[in-house]
Amino acid sequence: MQRYSGFGLLKHSLTHHENWQRVWRNPTPKKEYDVIIIGGGGHGLATAYYLAKEHGITNVAVIEKGYLGGGNTARNTTIVRSNYLWDESAHLYEHAMKLWEGLSQDLNYNVMFSQRGVLNLGHTLQDMRDIQRRVSANRLNGIDGEVLDPQQIKEIVPHMDCSDNTRYPIMGASWQPRGGVARHDAVAWGFARGADAYGVDMLQETEVVDLVIEDGAIVGVKTNKYGVIKAGRVGSVVAGNSGVIAKMAGFDLPIESHPLQAMVSEPIKPILDTVVMSNHVHGYVSQSDKGDLVIGAGIDGWNGYGQRGSFPTIEHTMQAIVELFPIFSRVRLNRQWGGIVDTCPDACPIISKTPVENLFFNCGWGTGGFKATPGSGHVFAASLATGEMHPMAKPFSMFRFHDGALIDEHGAAGVAH
Amino acid sequence: MSQKNRLGTGGRIDRTTPLKFQYNGKTYTGFQGDTLASAILANGIDVVGRSFKYSRPRGVVAAGAEEPNAVLQLGATEETQVPNVRATQQELFDGLTSQAVNGWPNVDNDMMSWVGKLGGKMMPPGFYYKTFMYPKSLWDTYESMIRKAAGLGRSPLENDPDTYDKVNQHCDVLVVGAGPAGLAAALTAARSGARVILADEQSEFGGSLLSSKELLDGKPATSWVKSAVDELAGCADVLLLPRATVNGYHDHNFLTIHERLTDHLADKAPVGMVRQRLHRVRAKWVVLATGAHERPLVFSNNDVPGCMIASAVSTYINRYGVVPGSELVLMTTNDYGYQAALDWHDAQRKVVAIVDTRQNPQGARVEQARKRGLNVITGSAVIEVQGSKRVSGVSVATIDAAGNKVTGAVNRLNADTVASSGGWSPVIHLSSHTGSRPVWDDKVVGFVPGPTVQKQLTAGGINGKYSINEALSEGVLAGLNALAKLDLPATEVVLPSAADMVEEASMTLFQIPHLLPTSKAPKQFVDYQTDVTAAGIEVACREGFESIEHVKRYTAMGFGTDQGKLGNINGMAVAAKALNKTIPETGTTIFRPNYTPVTFGAMVGRDCGELFDPKRYTAMHKWHVEHGAKFEDVGQWKRGWYYPKPGESMQECLDRECKATRDSVGILDASTLGKIDIQGADAREFLGRIYTNAWAKLAVGKCRYGLMCGEDGMVFDDGVTSCLGDNHFLMTTTTGGAPRVLEWLELWHQTEWPELDVYFNTVTDHWSTLTISGPNSRKLLSELTDFDLSNENFSFMDVHQCTVAGVPARVFRISFTGELSYEINVQANYGMHVWEKLFEHGKQFNLTPYGTETMHVLRAEKGFIIAGQDTDGSVHPHDLGMSWCVSDQKPFSYVGKRGMARQDCMRENRKQLVGLKTKEPKVVIPEGSQAVFDPNEPIPMTMVGHITSSYYSANLGHSIAMGVIKGGLSRMGETVYYPQADGRVIEAEICSLVFLDPKGERQNV
Ligand SMILES: Cc1cc2nc3c(=O)[nH]c(=O)nc-3n(C[C@H](O)[C@H](O)[C@H](O)COP(=O)(O)OP(=O)(O)OC[C@H]3O[C@@H](n4cnc5c(N)ncnc54)[C@H](O)[C@@H]3O)c2cc1C
Repeated sequence: MQRYSGFGLLKHSLTHHENWQRVWRNPTPKKEYDVIIIGGGGHGLATAYYLAKEHGITNVAVIEKGYLGGGNTARNTTIVRSNYLWDESAHLYEHAMKLWEGLSQDLNYNVMFSQRGVLNLGHTLQDMRDIQRRVSANRLNGIDGEVLDPQQIKEIVPHMDCSDNTRYPIMGASWQPRGGVARHDAVAWGFARGADAYGVDMLQETEVVDLVIEDGAIVGVKTNKYGVIKAGRVGSVVAGNSGVIAKMAGFDLPIESHPLQAMVSEPIKPILDTVVMSNHVHGYVSQSDKGDLVIGAGIDGWNGYGQRGSFPTIEHTMQAIVELFPIFSRVRLNRQWGGIVDTCPDACPIISKTPVENLFFNCGWGTGGFKATPGSGHVFAASLATGEMHPMAKPFSMFRFHDGALIDEHGAAGVAH
Repeated sequence: MSQKNRLGTGGRIDRTTPLKFQYNGKTYTGFQGDTLASAILANGIDVVGRSFKYSRPRGVVAAGAEEPNAVLQLGATEETQVPNVRATQQELFDGLTSQAVNGWPNVDNDMMSWVGKLGGKMMPPGFYYKTFMYPKSLWDTYESMIRKAAGLGRSPLENDPDTYDKVNQHCDVLVVGAGPAGLAAALTAARSGARVILADEQSEFGGSLLSSKELLDGKPATSWVKSAVDELAGCADVLLLPRATVNGYHDHNFLTIHERLTDHLADKAPVGMVRQRLHRVRAKWVVLATGAHERPLVFSNNDVPGCMIASAVSTYINRYGVVPGSELVLMTTNDYGYQAALDWHDAQRKVVAIVDTRQNPQGARVEQARKRGLNVITGSAVIEVQGSKRVSGVSVATIDAAGNKVTGAVNRLNADTVASSGGWSPVIHLSSHTGSRPVWDDKVVGFVPGPTVQKQLTAGGINGKYSINEALSEGVLAGLNALAKLDLPATEVVLPSAADMVEEASMTLFQIPHLLPTSKAPKQFVDYQTDVTAAGIEVACREGFESIEHVKRYTAMGFGTDQGKLGNINGMAVAAKALNKTIPETGTTIFRPNYTPVTFGAMVGRDCGELFDPKRYTAMHKWHVEHGAKFEDVGQWKRGWYYPKPGESMQECLDRECKATRDSVGILDASTLGKIDIQGADAREFLGRIYTNAWAKLAVGKCRYGLMCGEDGMVFDDGVTSCLGDNHFLMTTTTGGAPRVLEWLELWHQTEWPELDVYFNTVTDHWSTLTISGPNSRKLLSELTDFDLSNENFSFMDVHQCTVAGVPARVFRISFTGELSYEINVQANYGMHVWEKLFEHGKQFNLTPYGTETMHVLRAEKGFIIAGQDTDGSVHPHDLGMSWCVSDQKPFSYVGKRGMARQDCMRENRKQLVGLKTKEPKVVIPEGSQAVFDPNEPIPMTMVGHITSSYYSANLGHSIAMGVIKGGLSRMGETVYYPQADGRVIEAEICSLVFLDPKGERQNV
């Protein structure tokens, strides 16, 4: 793999950038792989990368029906934080956070992980109880977090309306300084490049249309382009399309696919230095390095696979943003789009074995899986490599919906993304 | 120098109304009818911006929505600042204040351009992914430098003084675009009586005709426009919306229109006017007549100010009477492009040359040019432009027939303006918003709308039909089609016609070859605003970014505020060439809303500030305000939180309220509790299925507490439901949970048990609920009613109808404080009357108003839960020690039964709700504190629960808390620890939840 550096840029500028190598190959698929990953989003690519890097398993294919990283990975608002309430999720997301903190160097690809901090605002007494509870849990789990009062919030976000004159005045916030944002495309590309360098095959524009299952075990996948490709183990990492793959495998998942929308303003000069999220007025915003205000809120209520949402959701989101930042009223909204998120009843992912032997699922990240990308790939790779779920993945078994061991992040944390 | 580029006559401007405006601190003059861009060009201003990455000087390129460069900051005052206004779309008004958004010390002399010049070579696409990684610790510094360069304009720092409205509209036909096609479609539909909305982003209807010199039936095209608009204006059911951009096309023919009502008048909306409106339109049929955007050609240094698209040159001359230069070189691949040179020549300025990339063009316009004696150079191209802040000359060379390479010597020509035309791209944006994939049309050399599931028709330029005659007839056809679908009769529409011109095929050419390969040639810009060059796209392709989506994301092509209206197709062409594919093979181009940016305020309308969410007040709200209450937001309600007396601290106030209630009598405004009236023969059965406990035997006139769970068996809401008649119940819910519970009941009834005869109706605000609580509450109530309140006649958990303070009332003897309590319900608007009567008679008992906080303390003394505070969706009734509230005897199941029976819900050692007493009696454990058994365990510590509720109890003289602890119900007397952020560790003993009156005698007296 060609190493990237400032010096390299200088060197290549002398040859007019004519000698950059491909970031990944365009391979002809083999007949058989040790592991096939369905879905070339961030999570699938990270899985492939860690399989190769940490477990030496390089006879791996990632099969992507569109272009790499073109699903939710390309559509999300890139908020990264690890201040989850329950131990199981806190450990998983903190595992990811630690990997984020060295990811650019590990991949030799700048994923622009920007730890500008994440504020979760509280607007009611119950919000504040929940914030206290979550921060208390975070601290005892070794995750950075503080409870701030409106004055302290104002110091961090001087342009937000922290006064008492709003419909739901800000009463306080949780603050995770290590949280922030990252450049979503770079994450997918960096993992893909890294995996390719170890010999992983990335098959783009190739859709898995069926699974080949014999005697209760998966032995391969059927694709629209290359027919059947055999595999020892298969990991499905297809986010909003997980229900479709599960159906091919003959089981149901407790997952609902919903549109989730996001939007950006025109680029403006830097005015907001952290990520601000409010569950109660229901919107969140950060400012990208390009200057766009990156905005989002909650899912559209109905189920669907069309990557579009409804206008009322957008209107409501904008109301929330202008309620928090009245000065943005004259700023203009440039673009809006949607993705399809795979939501679980307890707002936690599924990283699991399945009723089909050697078929593993990684899904259900819903509105908030981007932040987990390296961690998810890391523990999923370990599970695929050994055939046994990584200890951090174990609580996220799909069978928890049978036995009741849910990890309900709705109740107290409540905040999506 | 005043308006040096303004023509003495012509154009649609009013030379008798001069307007003063400011640009970069200097005052200039333009005319009524100008756009900011035309006025800037009239005044000979070349540089309007600096490019994003290389800080190159940039000038006006286009005349409409596709303009990438002339993006300015507007606003004379702080509160009226608007960032990123496209000067080509901003009408000039007197006093307009504008500024370039980049450049230091100013846009003409920008220091950053040195960085661009020196470092530009080191900034290929995605360069930031390849560097700034080492040393790791410096990333924050690098990033803050990158961030400094971010953004175009700036946000205002003061609040918006203007208001915005929203309007819902319905129509038979929404016509988007009022050029010839749109006008014809609208006329056709309107004449048949259809309800029509015609919207156009420009100030005037007419579209391309406004800047055209063509004649319709021998008369100027604009006179037909006028008669068409007049006729439409006279139709009763036609709504004409100029200055209104249809910016989003959503499913089910729902479209949004962003109408700017005052942006052409002043900085701030004149008094009494709304600045902008958002129309939310449900159209039965939509006719897209959105026309086409001209494509510039891609050649070296094509971004030097003075390089424009050909049609924009014509528009400035014909519509605004402005010739944006003195010496023109036109480069074109098609006949239409010639018009710019013809117009330039007719405006008596010098046409240096027309450079046609075709080998042997002979079309009508070509011949016109030759007739005028213009220098037409064929089979050639402008391969490079000279100049930095303004074009000073061009290099022209012959090229091969395919347009792939330079074949001859290079000639230098002097010029200050280069117009280019590479053909036209249909404006398919709206059609692709709905998910319809555009399809490539080789004849059009562009994408046209693809198949759609929407009720959508298209006409004119959007279909690649560019002549006026075609546009008009396509418009009529679309109108007729819409009428047919709507089953409306059609009326004949006679169309004017324009002279047919012989037109030759255009050449399919996007990027002009240079002597040097693209990677070495001077920069050839594809997307001006994001500084994407042809060489950059080649690098992306070389690196393996082969899908057009990858190319766009890697290079940022199309991510500007113009969303790639000029550049995307050129970029695809460059990528296709690099990948040795056809354009459609590299993918298609997807546009997303908004067509052009929309003001946040317009999307918000009135729904912020006071109106962000309705405020709900009880009938006694005024009294609470007058008595100094502090309020708490619960759901949408404003609830009295506590009632401090002057000088009293919160804790002192709570102590007083709590004591007064337990010692004598207190009063709570409980009107906000959700109330759902449930009736029907199966109401009782329904309750049994929704609640965990039994309802079969509840007698008329009796109340019962119930718990409601989700399917997962976890507690979701609670409340008292009373039996008012055999088929009639009144359910109460938590204040915040009321809407959710009603939805829940409806959900189960409508989707699972539609056979049950039961009806739900919210009656929350039909009633005022006044809760009096305390040993003297009976005495107090007896002063206001003749009803026999004796324990025998009116016992605990009874409901009776009686008269209180002369008003019919439902009185419930239920208790959330553990005291003798009555909840008096009266018709809502009697609430204040009864409240005041109670105070009149309550003086003798020291009747004390208390709010939600005291309510919380009093119920905690009794160990009563608050759903949503002591529960969080992870505890079932048994965890709460409320197994008594779960009945397994019910013949039908109930919601949550199966969930509760799952293995994990039955296991030992679940977190269970218990009471907690601190070792230090005065210390109140902060709510939310996490519990550990071993305070010395290093981090990460094993957490075993947390505090859900915690207070100081004045009645007990010590603090009390509720919380969950692993296996807590079997750990009575054990010690747990609560480590705090400040280092303290609070020690507490696990105890019963019931701190006061464990036998429950006080409420039964
Ligand atoms: C609008 C929006 C905002 C969000 N904001 C945040 C945020 O701020 N922070 C955060 O942490 N998370 C956020 N998320 C969630 C986050 O984007 C996702 O959880 C995460 O990106 C999921 O990654 P993935 O790799 O699992 O899925 P994806 O990136 O969706 O990848 C799945 C891939 O599988 C492919 N695929 C599907 N079916 C098949 C098949 N049959 N054959 C082959 N390939 C197939 C798809 O094409 C896709 O590329 C947001 C999501 C959205 C939509």
